[in-house]
Formats: sequence, structure tokens, C-alpha cells
Amino acid sequence: MTSKWYGLAPLLAATALALVSPAAAQTPPNVLVVGQIAEPASLDPHVSTAANDFRIAVNLYDGLVRNKSGTLEIEPALATDWTISDDGLEYTFNLREGVSFHDGTPFNADAVKFNFDRMLDETHPYADTGPFPLSFFFSAVETVEVIDDLTVKFTLNEAFAPFMSNLASATGLIVSPAAVEQYGADYGRNPVGTGPYKFEEWQSNTSVVASRNDDYWDGAPELEAVIFRPITDANTRVAEMLSGGIDVLLETPPDNVAQFRDDPNYQVVEAVGPHVWYVMLNAKEGPFTDVRVRQAVNYAVNKESLVNDVLQGTAEVSAGPIPPAFNWAYNEEVDPYPYDPEMARQLLAEAGAEGASLTFLVTEGGSGMLDPVPMGTAIQADLAAVGLDVEIQTYEWNTFLSEVNPGLEGKADMAEMAWMTSDPDTLPFLTLRTAAWPEEGGFNSSYYSNPEVDALLDQARISTDPDERAELYKQVQALTNEDAPWLFVANWKQNAVVTSAVEDFELQPDFGLVLRDVSKP
Amino acid sequence: MTAYIGKRLLAAIPVILGLSIIVFLVMKLIPGDPAQALLGSYATPDNVERINRALGLDRSWPEQYVIWIGNLLQGDFGRSYILNRPVIDEVLDRFSATLILAGASLLICSVLGILAGIVSAVRQFGWTDRIVTFFVLIGISMPAFFLGLVLILLFAVQWRLLPASGMYAVYGGGDLPDLLRHLILPAGTLAIVATGVVARLTRAAMLEVLRQDFIRTARAKGLSENAVIYRHAFRAALVSIIPVIGIQTGFVLGGAVYIETVFQWPGLGQMLVKAVSTRDLLLVQGGVLVAATLYVLVNLLADVAQAMLDPRLKA
Repeated sequence: MTSKWYGLAPLLAATALALVSPAAAQTPPNVLVVGQIAEPASLDPHVSTAANDFRIAVNLYDGLVRNKSGTLEIEPALATDWTISDDGLEYTFNLREGVSFHDGTPFNADAVKFNFDRMLDETHPYADTGPFPLSFFFSAVETVEVIDDLTVKFTLNEAFAPFMSNLASATGLIVSPAAVEQYGADYGRNPVGTGPYKFEEWQSNTSVVASRNDDYWDGAPELEAVIFRPITDANTRVAEMLSGGIDVLLETPPDNVAQFRDDPNYQVVEAVGPHVWYVMLNAKEGPFTDVRVRQAVNYAVNKESLVNDVLQGTAEVSAGPIPPAFNWAYNEEVDPYPYDPEMARQLLAEAGAEGASLTFLVTEGGSGMLDPVPMGTAIQADLAAVGLDVEIQTYEWNTFLSEVNPGLEGKADMAEMAWMTSDPDTLPFLTLRTAAWPEEGGFNSSYYSNPEVDALLDQARISTDPDERAELYKQVQALTNEDAPWLFVANWKQNAVVTSAVEDFELQPDFGLVLRDVSKP
Repeated sequence: MTAYIGKRLLAAIPVILGLSIIVFLVMKLIPGDPAQALLGSYATPDNVERINRALGLDRSWPEQYVIWIGNLLQGDFGRSYILNRPVIDEVLDRFSATLILAGASLLICSVLGILAGIVSAVRQFGWTDRIVTFFVLIGISMPAFFLGLVLILLFAVQWRLLPASGMYAVYGGGDLPDLLRHLILPAGTLAIVATGVVARLTRAAMLEVLRQDFIRTARAKGLSENAVIYRHAFRAALVSIIPVIGIQTGFVLGGAVYIETVFQWPGLGQMLVKAVSTRDLLLVQGGVLVAATLYVLVNLLADVAQAMLDPRLKA
């Protein structure tokens, strides 16, 4: 009986050897494998809401306009030029000639109209291919008119300055009407655009493959193909990078960045992002109704140590609600609060708030929240050092949002929060205006109110002159820094690790992963 | 036997129905909703209402549940809120991956566990028994996700022998050897705890059987020790080992949740983790329904096998 097994042993050993030996193969040249943080939900850019999906979408599609590489300034894409009427209500675009979708159908004014009508008009024949969660980016659009084959006019119902940056966002990418008609609700898994790469294949939970578009209007890319692999677990993603399974590693955990930085086989690429990480302070009740207490916590927390020690240098200290990534609207003259516990104690004494007890809502993780628990406990420790007694309550992300969004009243004095936006308007407009208090349907969950700031934000929203808008945002920045509605903490620097074989890889301030200029010989 | 199987299958229906009600209620009672997960920072009341209307979530809970059951009876599992894809497509894609992983783990834990159990029972308190027990205890106590990361570090990063994650290579793969290469680490990790349990129980079952009279009779007849152990003792012990393996199916399916996350194995467990965190109710329902049905079937199979092995249970 046992002798039969001896015959099997070499066979088993040989099989085992055959299985394990060729696994170390590197990724082939001219094919870029990107390690994503999750499986995309949909490659229909109007249906999707996740930055993770948009990283693929921006390579398959173009919008009418796009952000110039490395900036948040608008440049032409599928539209070659445009005019804006003086009242800011009519935008007329001239479209690029001779552009086709990957399915061969022409890109023209009808296609543009189809795209926006599908998103905005609930009676559109293809409205049921949604829902389109971010369509409110364009809710100011009253009508889209086809003037001629290559001219299209948008009429707005009110002046809305962020319109152009919203067109440059992923929600403004243009999909092939013919493909939507063909695939219906399954279009999101069969995407067709005009972009530098053509969609080839989506293997569920394994990969999305896109190949070079040789007819790309802006010059065909050098890479033959791009493969996006979802790898949810951050440690596994790092392990795949170290074992040669991917060329690009996105959202590297802070602890691993230094390791890759010291290794000549890898390059660490960083870029600013329009991201703000802050702690909102309940201005309606409790100690934070006094501006001196709000300023005191801004002095008491050592933000340098938070970004350098907790976040390992993957973020910079923030000075206010508008991140420096919007360089045209950023006020360089407003400095972050320095770390000054002495000053904090003095302000607390003046306000009679020494030894106050505070409740602090902290999340376990979530979109843009970086390392929320270690950051929360570091803030707690700094506040304890100036005599404030902070109690932390921790919640899972979706639960956290449903606690915080309806407002902090009766629940807490402080709560963590983070935003990533495409326009300097978005964050202050939704979180700092009096008209954005939770009961009004906004996200001002800590009830900050300053009529001067309200007026500046309303004015900036209708001004179509970029210089005037910039000036208004700079004033908002100065005023809010003084009022300290939040504990200003950090602006995240996006990072990616790429292997040394990858050339011309750049991260974009709008969080897009634009691969049209990347090569890997 | 057919009547017995039919009765058992009928009994499974209320279990699965009850389970779906529990899943439905739990998903509704935890805070947060799919609209919030979709909209993220932009979840204003207006936007949430618009999305809820589009997804049919503005109806009352009982109404939503009845609509779901009604569609289910017509074979329609609904559409995932977040993936915007028919639930059945996603679940079937995932199910085959989980089946491969769980099947391989069950195979490993049954073969290794039974062998280890027999060896340590036969050599009770000998060195082999002690060594096997030592490793079995380590296996039972080791958190599988931690072991998974350690194995990735050793086999994929240090020695570059096996791929770190995934089910197939994203280029040039897709055949059986490719699948097996990707399967070794996750299936091995998932099997380790279950192997320990099976080994412990096999050892206990064998020890009990070996003390019985018919074994002494067999030995007295002059049968070889191998024949006594494998043909007589093991066969008798199998009656109590098989239900344990059935129960391990539940353990392996549960363990798949975190093993699939660590190894990026595209299975049901990984899908459920994500679906729960995005409150994707219909996807959770579909996944749980399939996993529960599988569990019920495997245990039924184990009971049938047990009845066939043990004439006393046939009644």
C-alpha cells in the first residue's frame, strides 16, 4: 500500500516546482500595470462618484475642457475655444473637428447635448441608465442647444462661476451616445470615449484593460496598454509592488513611503491635491462659542508633528478652508497658526474655559480621512497638555457621516472631517455659509456664521472674472483664519510609487491619473 | 432516503427566508445608506432624496422587502445600487471564485487533518503525537490574516516564488497552472485553522474507536495493523469526522471573508465586506443567500454520507 505513494512523490514535487518557478516574471515593457485601491464601480463617468473610478475614466474619455497638466487651470480639450456672455448665463463652445469615439461614431454637438440631457432631464429616453449622483454639478444648466454640427450652447438659469471647473471634472467627460443606446444600463461596463486609451476588457475583480488609441487627436500615447488591478488591502498592494506584480502603486500607506524612497528601484511621486483635513468646532453651544477658545485649540495642536510624525510627511500644514492646490485663489499671506501652547493657555484663561470637557467625534477611516484615529488621539494629547479634557468617540465611516452631517448640536464639540474638491468654491460654500447649516441642507455641521463671509462667497459664485473671484477667495481665507471655525490641520499630498522603468509619470492636482504621456520602454 | 433529502430541503426554506429578513433588518438598522455611500461628501438631503427615488429606496421597508422577495421568486435578484450591475452576475462571478478557494481549503484540511489525526491517535503520547499536536495548536491559535501576510512576505516578496495576490495573472495567465499558483497561498492559509480542528477531532474519534471490542477482535484475528487502522477503525471513526467537515465548510466560508481581502481573491467574502460598508443591501442579500444555500447543501451532503456509512442512522 505505502509503496504506491513513493511513485507519486517525484510527480508531486515536479508539479510543485513547475507551479512556483515562473511566478517572478516582471510586467512586460510598454504595458503599465496600475495597482488601484478598489474595483471600479462603473466606468460610466456620469454614474460613478469614486476617485478610484475616475482614475481609469480620464484615460478613456475627454471632456470639453480639461485641467492643464500639473495645474487646476482650464485648457481646451474636445472644445477648441469658447465664449461666455457678459451676464455669465451663456457659454458657447466650438468643438474639435474630426474626432471620433472609439466605436467609430463621430463626436459632435449632438453628442454633447445627449450627454448633458441624459444626466439632467428625467424624461430623456436614456435617463434610466443612471442614477447620476453628481449631476448637480451642472444643475444650473437650463438648456443645451446644438447651434451647428460643431457648435454647442449652454444656457444657465443663474450665473455659476464653478461651471468651467465642473466641466473639467470627471463628471464632465463625454461618453459615446451610440454606445449608451447599445448597452443601456450596462454601459458602465462597456465604456466608449474619445480618450488616449480604448477600453478592451473588464474581468470582474481582476483587471480593467485599455489599449492605445492610435488615432488620438492629441497624439497617440507610447504605452501599448494599461492594466488597472484592484488591490483593496494596503499591505497586499505594497507586497505586489515589492514582488514585481504592478508598476504603479497608488495611495501608499505613510509608513511605506520612506521605504520606497530609499530604494533606487522605485520612484516616489508626489503632488499637492485640493484636499483639506480639519476638525470642526461647534460654534452653537459649549466652549467653542467663544472665538478665543477656537483660536486656542489652533495654537495648542502641534500640526507640524501631526504631518511629519503621524502622516510621515505625506501632508502639509493647512492654514484655512482653501487648499494651496488652487494656487490662483490661494492667499499666500495667511499663515497657519503656529504651535504655541503658552498662547493657547492664555486664551483659554481669558475665555474662562480652562479645564473644559469636550466630546470629539473621530472616524475609523473614510474618503480622504488619512489616518483619522492616530490623528485624533494626537490632537487629544496636545489639548490635554493645555488642560482640556477631550473624550473621543469613534465611528465607522458611514455611521460617522450620519452622526456628523445632521449637525453637532447636543452630540459633540468637535468632529474630524476632510474634503477633496475640484473648485475653491465647493468647500466653503457647502460648509461655512450660514445658509449651509444642516437644517438648510448644507454641511455646516458646526454652525459657523459670519455675514461678511456669506456675502463674499455668494459674490464669488456669480463672478465670471477669475481675478475678481481670486480676490474674493483670498478675503474669505483671511477672515476664516481669524474666526477659526475649525481646527485647521492638513492638506494631503497625493503620492504614488512607480518602478524605475516608468518615465514621465505625474500626479495631477485634480486627483486624475493622466497616463497619456507616460512611457515604460 | 429521497424522502429524507426532500424533507431536509424543505426545512431549509424557512431558515433561508428567516436569514434574509434578519439581513434586511440589520442592513436597514445600521446608520448610513447607499445614497450616502454614492454621494460621499455631497450627500445633501436633496441629493439623497433624488438618489433614493431613483433606487426605489423611498418606499416603506415592508414594501421594499416584499418587492425584493417577489422579484426573487421570478429569478430576479435585482441590481446592485453601487456597482450598477445585476446582482446575479456579480454573485455568480464571485461565487465560482469562492467555491474554488473554499473547495481547495476543505480538501487540504480534510486530507491533512485526517492524516495528522490518525497518526497522532495511533502513536498516542509518542513523539509523533506531540509534534503533530504542537503544530496543530499553533495552527488553531494563529490569526489567519496575520499568517497570510507573513506567507505573502516570504513567498512573494522575499523569494518571489508565488504571486502575492489575485486569482489569475493579468497578462499571459488564465490557465490551470496559473490558477493553482495563485491558489496555493490563500487556500493554504485558510486551511490551517480548519486542519487543526479536523486533526484534533479525528484524533479523539480514533482513540475512542481503537479502545472498542471489535478492534481487539480484529487484531486477535491476526489482521495487519494497517488493515485494523484503515479498514476497521478509520471507517468507524469517519462517522463522527464527516459532520465536523460539514461544519468546517461554514468556518471556511466565514474565513474566506478576510482571506479574500488579504489575498485580493475575487470571491463572495471580499464582495460582502465591500457591500456591507457601502450599504449595498441587494448585493448583501444575494451573497448571503448563495452562501447560506451552499452551507445547507454541504451539511445535508455530510448527513447523507454519514447515514450511508452508519447503518444505525438509516432509520
